Amino acid sequence: MPGSQPLVRAETVHKRFGLLPVLKGITMEVERGEVMVIIGPSGSGKSTFLRCINHLEKIDAGRIWVDGVLVGYREANGRIHELREREVAARRAEIGMVFQRFNLFPHMTALENVTSAPVWVKGMRRDEAGALARELLETVGLGDKLRAYPSQLSGGQQQRVAIARALAMDPKLMLFDEPTSALDPELVGDVLDVMKDLARQGMTMVVVTHEMGFAREVGDKLAFMDGGVVVEHGPPRDVLGAPRHERTRSFLSKVL
Amino acid sequence: MGVAASDGKAEPVPDVVKAIPVRHPWRWVSAVTVALVAAWILKGMLGVVDPSTIRRYQLNGLIMKGLLLTVEISVLAQVIGIVLGVILAVMRLSKNPVTSTSAWIYIWLFRGTPVLVQLLFWFAAVPLAFKTFSIGIPFTNVIFYEEPMAQFMTPFVVALLGLGLNEGAYMAEIVRAGILSVDDGQVEAAQALGMTPVLTMRRIVLPQAMRVIIPPTGNEFISMLKTSSLASVVLLEELLRNAQGIYQTNLKNLELLIVASIWYLVLTTVASVGQYYLERRFARGAARELPQTPVQRLRRNLTFRRRAQVEE
Ligand SMILES: Nc1ncnc2c1ncn2[C@@H]1O[C@H](COP(=O)(O)OP(=O)(O)OP(=O)(O)O)[C@@H](O)[C@H]1O
Ligand SMILES: [Mg+2]
Repeated sequence: MPGSQPLVRAETVHKRFGLLPVLKGITMEVERGEVMVIIGPSGSGKSTFLRCINHLEKIDAGRIWVDGVLVGYREANGRIHELREREVAARRAEIGMVFQRFNLFPHMTALENVTSAPVWVKGMRRDEAGALARELLETVGLGDKLRAYPSQLSGGQQQRVAIARALAMDPKLMLFDEPTSALDPELVGDVLDVMKDLARQGMTMVVVTHEMGFAREVGDKLAFMDGGVVVEHGPPRDVLGAPRHERTRSFLSKVL
Repeated sequence: MGVAASDGKAEPVPDVVKAIPVRHPWRWVSAVTVALVAAWILKGMLGVVDPSTIRRYQLNGLIMKGLLLTVEISVLAQVIGIVLGVILAVMRLSKNPVTSTSAWIYIWLFRGTPVLVQLLFWFAAVPLAFKTFSIGIPFTNVIFYEEPMAQFMTPFVVALLGLGLNEGAYMAEIVRAGILSVDDGQVEAAQALGMTPVLTMRRIVLPQAMRVIIPPTGNEFISMLKTSSLASVVLLEELLRNAQGIYQTNLKNLELLIVASIWYLVLTTVASVGQYYLERRFARGAARELPQTPVQRLRRNLTFRRRAQVEE
């Protein structure tokens, strides 16, 4: 029954690139309205796991469900079928993703970046999508940058447009992959504020980040990943304040 | 040496540099040399070429008809080339090995043989290989439309096929380079928003690839305007063939070749200007501010000067 189950459920997810195993059995649950923060050293597989959740990467073993629906596959008569590109795309439309390097469309203005997907993917009317985009850009503090091209915006502004672009699809889940890592320190705050607002409004979020302050303040759960497994997880205060594992401790001693 | 702190106040501007510009005597020497050589060539030409004949034939009806056909065949062949090029480029980048290999073979074949040979091939072989041109269901007797091949294969169609199919192979490589120049993150972002691969290619990848595709495509078109003269060998009555037709009767070979050359120069010049404006259009979003066009610059200079005069 959807509603009672967690929004994201991952069970022993495995993923390898060629011969290199990157995820070695990730099990994780994210409840509705929860903010799950993932931390871990470089190369531990955080981005890969995030990309598996919206099927940008195919998993080799295990299962991921979003809102009770299997990601990337269909189960029928006890067998697993691969989904068509069109079906995969339709499911991705319900999950927003924000990238470290923003990945705004450089040939479109901020407004066009935000209106494009609702119009082309959902078939929303152009004026309706325009009004929605204006409203979203206003809430992320960019009401005066509608006509600016990405190259005319600062990194922090670009990332906020990227968040508005994802939100325009009215997603039930937002994935953030180190959204502030490419930003100058003085621009990080604006982006984190937008994310905090989003969390406060009850958006379910999975956030890979090195911002421990954000993790502590906004995170409901925190998972520490290393070498393709979740080494330790729990409430951020507990994991960050009193890590139980040696690997967690040595990682935290380096970043805190 | 340390750093001078100015307490946040702007420093006063020191003396403006007033330097004597560097002299370039060799520029003058080379300019005079070039002028002398040019005068010498022109004098030699005037000895054998009659300028009044050139003037008389420049706007001749047959020449103008040929000019029109040259433009038509070049534009249409280039359009076929672009459409084919996009299809072939997407095919070559496809994950399906049958699709990508077919595209590879096509490009190998059409880039590896001379256009002239290809034109002659279509001219000669097609009417023999397929006696009739028909539209129907293959391998059945159902036929909607039929015509003898020789009639359908008019010079125009032969030239269009020869030039267009050949151009497709070149355009495929240009489009492929353009597609590969687009950052992977763009595809990823589009897919994460729920766009299908086809939508992503059409709306996100190709428009950005344009910036890389347009300049060499402009060169291809300029080249096509000239290559189209090869169609004269398959009896297409384009600019060169009509010029030849005239000088075969009046024996003014040089004059008519110059007439044709002048028109080719006009066409390629116009195409270059068009290319400049197209490039500007597709540079949108890439540069913070587009550079001004020559026309805009001229207009600005004129208004400045006028304003300056008013103020004087
Ligand atoms: N497309 C790919 N092909 C091959 N190897 C890959 C690919 N993507 C990631 N990897 C490898 O998988 C491992 C995990 O990468 P991933 O990007 O998930 O790490 P991460 O935890 O996000 O690290 P970071 O903090 O540096 O972003 C790395 O060793 C990386 O080299
Ligand atoms: Mg990463």
